[in-house]
Amino acid sequence: MEVQDREFLRRWDGLGSRDASSRTEAMENICQEVMRKVEAIGPLPASVPSPPASGSPSNSELNGILAHLLMLSQRCPFEDVRERCICLLQTVQDLGVRIPRPLGNGPSRFIPEQEILQVSKVDTRTQSIFEDAFAALGRLDNVSLVMGFHPQYLDSFLRTQHYLLQMDGPLSLHYRHYICIMAAARHQCSYLVNLHVNDFLQVGGDPKWLNGLGEAPQKLQQLGELNKILAHRPWLLTKEHMKCLLKAEEHSWSLAELIHAVVLLTHYHSLASFTFGCGIMAEIHCDGGHTFRPPSLSQYCMCDIANGNGHSNHHDDPFGNQEVCGEVEVLMERMKQLQEGRDDEEASQEEMATRFEREKTESMLVVTAEDEECVPSRDISRHFEDPTYGYQDFSRSGEHVPTLRVQDYSWEDHGFSLVNRLYPDVGQMLDEKFQMAYNLTYNTMATHKDVDTSMLRRAIWNYIHCMFGIRYDDYDYGEINQLLDRSFKIYIKTMVCSPEKTTKRMYESFWRQFQHSEKVHVNLLLMEARMQAELLYALRAITRYMT
Amino acid sequence: MEKMSRVTTALSSNAISGRTMFCHLDAPANAISVCRDATQVVVAGRNIFKIYALEEEQFVEKLNLRVGRKPSLNFSCADVMWHQMEENLLATAATNGAVVTWNLGKPSRNKQDQLFTEHKRTVNKVCFHPTEVYMLLSGSQDGFMKCFDLRKKESVSTFSGQSESVRDVQFSMKDYFTFAASFENGNVQLWDIRRPDRYERMFTAHTGPVFCCDWHPDDRGWLATGGRDKMVKVWDMTTNRPKEIYCVQTIASVARIKWRPERKFHLATCSMMVDHNIYVWDVRRPFIPFATFEEHKDVTTGIVWRHQHDPHFLLSGSKDSTLYQHMFKDATRPVDKANPEGLCFGLLGDLAFAAKESLISSDVNRKPYPGGDRRYPIFFFKKPDPTEQFAHVSSALSVFETDLNSNHMDWFVKTAQLYLLSGKPFAELCDHNAKVAQELKRPQVSTTWTMLRIMFSDPANLTATGPNHNLSSKLGTLPLMNSFSMKEMGTESRLERSKGESRPDNTHLEPGTSHISNNNEENEETEGSEGQAEYMFGDAELDDDELYSMEHDNQTVLLSNTVLSLLPLPNRHEAEVTCLTPIESFSLISISQPLYSPHLPGSFFCPIAREMLSYYAEQGDVQMAVSVLIVLGERIRKEIDDLTQEHWYMSYIDLLQRFELWNVSNEVIKLSTCSAITCLNQASTTLHINCSNCKRPMSNKGWICDRCHQCASVCAVCHHVVKGLFVWCQGCSHGGHLEHIMNWLKSSAHCPAGCGHLCEYT
Repeated sequence: MEVQDREFLRRWDGLGSRDASSRTEAMENICQEVMRKVEAIGPLPASVPSPPASGSPSNSELNGILAHLLMLSQRCPFEDVRERCICLLQTVQDLGVRIPRPLGNGPSRFIPEQEILQVSKVDTRTQSIFEDAFAALGRLDNVSLVMGFHPQYLDSFLRTQHYLLQMDGPLSLHYRHYICIMAAARHQCSYLVNLHVNDFLQVGGDPKWLNGLGEAPQKLQQLGELNKILAHRPWLLTKEHMKCLLKAEEHSWSLAELIHAVVLLTHYHSLASFTFGCGIMAEIHCDGGHTFRPPSLSQYCMCDIANGNGHSNHHDDPFGNQEVCGEVEVLMERMKQLQEGRDDEEASQEEMATRFEREKTESMLVVTAEDEECVPSRDISRHFEDPTYGYQDFSRSGEHVPTLRVQDYSWEDHGFSLVNRLYPDVGQMLDEKFQMAYNLTYNTMATHKDVDTSMLRRAIWNYIHCMFGIRYDDYDYGEINQLLDRSFKIYIKTMVCSPEKTTKRMYESFWRQFQHSEKVHVNLLLMEARMQAELLYALRAITRYMT
Repeated sequence: MEKMSRVTTALSSNAISGRTMFCHLDAPANAISVCRDATQVVVAGRNIFKIYALEEEQFVEKLNLRVGRKPSLNFSCADVMWHQMEENLLATAATNGAVVTWNLGKPSRNKQDQLFTEHKRTVNKVCFHPTEVYMLLSGSQDGFMKCFDLRKKESVSTFSGQSESVRDVQFSMKDYFTFAASFENGNVQLWDIRRPDRYERMFTAHTGPVFCCDWHPDDRGWLATGGRDKMVKVWDMTTNRPKEIYCVQTIASVARIKWRPERKFHLATCSMMVDHNIYVWDVRRPFIPFATFEEHKDVTTGIVWRHQHDPHFLLSGSKDSTLYQHMFKDATRPVDKANPEGLCFGLLGDLAFAAKESLISSDVNRKPYPGGDRRYPIFFFKKPDPTEQFAHVSSALSVFETDLNSNHMDWFVKTAQLYLLSGKPFAELCDHNAKVAQELKRPQVSTTWTMLRIMFSDPANLTATGPNHNLSSKLGTLPLMNSFSMKEMGTESRLERSKGESRPDNTHLEPGTSHISNNNEENEETEGSEGQAEYMFGDAELDDDELYSMEHDNQTVLLSNTVLSLLPLPNRHEAEVTCLTPIESFSLISISQPLYSPHLPGSFFCPIAREMLSYYAEQGDVQMAVSVLIVLGERIRKEIDDLTQEHWYMSYIDLLQRFELWNVSNEVIKLSTCSAITCLNQASTTLHINCSNCKRPMSNKGWICDRCHQCASVCAVCHHVVKGLFVWCQGCSHGGHLEHIMNWLKSSAHCPAGCGHLCEYT
């Protein structure tokens, strides 16, 4: 059985080839395999459709394949494969086998499907990035599709992620995927957990580990604490935490392994933020991404229900509210004023310091979502311990934690050197990714062209760092108040601190006149700023341990 | 304050003196600077801004410039500089983007003089003009450099680097109008102070940020730069294009760099991460620091030579909140600790030896290395510098070759190539390997293989062939078998054939071998197992002639055994056996050892096999150890701890690779079960290629180049895309299908692409 699975996987691999003939060949093999399986089930009386996911193993296996075909028929960057998959599914259906259909529309719940780049209609550059991603993973995930709005960034993102998960590195492959699961589970991100559970099993991970962190090796269990703090209150990390992991014992970590793990954890914490922030749907071939039930039964996706936004929200007219029409203009006017009026009203130093404190305190008052009960669609809590531990406001935390000054520990000067020393090339990649996210601009705002958005981007970036207690001496935190309105702050705070609470309403209520691509851009900024903030604290703790 | 400065001026005529000393600061320092007469030092940091006097025996705090109950961010200094002409004048760069000047001559407690808040981001560096009193330059994170005239309220000119943050700015010591600026993106720019519109020159000095630069105090053309890429580079700026003349590779990013006064080739560096030491390098000898100061407990953030004409005093401030004065005579000299001699074995037993020439030259008998006219010593010469105590270094390399006749590593290569490690049933593998060993005249190894086959074969599958007789006869010759007379057993039983014997020979043999282990165990109690094992094998080796002859005798028996082995039944019965040709029997054993069941599990022999493996490994024949380990696989793996296995694998793979047996080494890696080993061939599996048309890197997978949209790897012979093995000439980069190229080059010496290159296929 397992051997068969392997063989089958290899067949899927063939579809990623850039060579059309080898794709055809692989497709041919799959066709035969599917037909063979269909025949094995035997002729089905059309009137009595077999119940979905019936007990027989060959049937569930077939269902898995069909789900995969469904995914390919929509998400494969190669047109020939898409067509063949549709054909094949049709043939199978004609034979009386129930075929799956996708749940939900498109890769994101928040963004209408037609807004997102269609796999079939992209420029050559994005096409080639998609093809690379497909060849490397055998799938094109929804995250990449949504990021497809910003191909420059996507390229850098995929390269880094591929390097972290697949290329040379101190940790073994199944460890890497397990760490990803741990990180994503911390935010109850079932999307990422499902994805990596599959990958984990594919690289030969022990299925027992998936029963919970308690079943995983001692070494990974020890990482639980770091995962927890890093995800929610990274400023509490001290060198003692690192010492605990690094002390020379049987289950200890080496420095290189630890850096790899830290980079993975932070990457997946922030990716979870992105996933929720953009309302990424479950992958078609994963649990919750497709159904074998006929469409009449239910229109709701589990996650939609869990997050309290049913389909009724789709009917909201984003432009219904006339009040917000001038929003963009107001924002631009403010930016202009700030740029020009800088020198006129130079704030005193004390004033500057209090502005940071005020922003910090205010960020605390920004209430994240209504206290909704979150129901993770899969039992994810078993992948981490202490589910009650969550984000706590930096300024509220009981013990006084000193502010981290970027001038004393920055990514460029300090973090980079440490990462690159212990995990070569990754420092460079992260550096490029951060810069790409920070500097990405099309000089547009909604419908306006030739706008210098650097001030706005800096405000967003620094606001997130501010929530993590990171301060830039050379930044006037008053700007944040001018540029970011309350609904936007709520969105940022929710997405960064407790992403699982992000709702469609929040997504829609900020920056109503902006394009979806711009909102995704904001999400990228949020994601990278969060990752850098977590990394800074973790790396600083490691540096302190080393000195 | 004024009085004090007058006093210090008076002191300046005296020669400076002192000792290595330090004092505690209240907070981490970010930068330090000395006044011109070398009597005072200013320390600046986020929470500190103080002036200390340098006295003979200690630092004495003279002044705290950080005043006010709740000091503003203007006091949070990223950099500080003391004017070299005007001793009352200081400038600091604040982290909030302010540039502040301080006048020590002011009567009030607050000495702040001017405040410039023109920069939008953190100011990384301030620099006074070396000769002009009122000219100050600043470089900031916002990408701008500004020049201030201290008599005016605002900057006189702004220089835009048109790129990322400015990390350092330095006025040239000799050219009045020139300054250098280093940037976060790796560039260095040269500016003329009179032309703010455009830089004079720009070049890329490092990958990643250039944290610091420093002009040579004497040689006007030299600029030293240090970057995050861990390099220190010295550039000659007098030429048309800046030329890199020296390069020092350090172990951490380079945060500060300062030329040493009065020593043309020396410079001091420190790092901002991980490494706490201060190094003084002789740029001509970039592999080892000339001197090291190891006092700091956290990263060093500021270094400065105490006096611009005295090379013996270095001051440093650090994040560990200390300020040090280092005496050069107290520095650690890594050269003294470095091993002056080197020794290395070649693959075939050659020996290379390098040592200081002075040590070797006394050896009159030394013959020049016959390898040709290449000059030894090859390392390097350094002209003795009379001002320096740095030892004149030159080494001589001698190579001693082993006698060609005694060159007996051939067996290793042959064995590695001929052994079969997988792909066949266990027994066949053993037999094959035994044969290989025998052909290479290594009877002991051969015998070991045979024994392994017998010990671990599943009785049902055992394909009995000749060598198992070797075993029996070998056993027979062991004199140590004290509990049973194995000699009789082995040789005599062969003659006594009983047709009606119920047990097939393989099951007989197992009890037979069990004797060995049994025997062994018994001896273990008295003698220790290792000696015993060695003795056994050694003995067998001596007797190998006898073994071979016996094997001959048994040819007929062999045949019958082979037939027998083809029978699939696990337990053969009397009836079947009787119908076959005579089988030799071991009646003695079966009688004397009734306790052992006829089917001994392979695990029974694990201890002895383990000992055998360790024995081989210790003898240096790691090849045998690893080969057996692989062939036995699961049968033995759990017996040997992972670290040992890994060690053996590593040694064997290393040896294989040194003999360039890449295929074998890869096979071994693939077959190994240690996770640490199997990952070896997973590393660096990427091959970067350039498109053969446009010569640019192919970022795509597949055969079409992104940029020129042409097929990149076309066979030069058949003009089709090569999808399998691609062979190309490293001279002209044309190539194609392996077969096509081979055929082509048989008939022609020129490149098939017609480029006129004389390709060579080897």
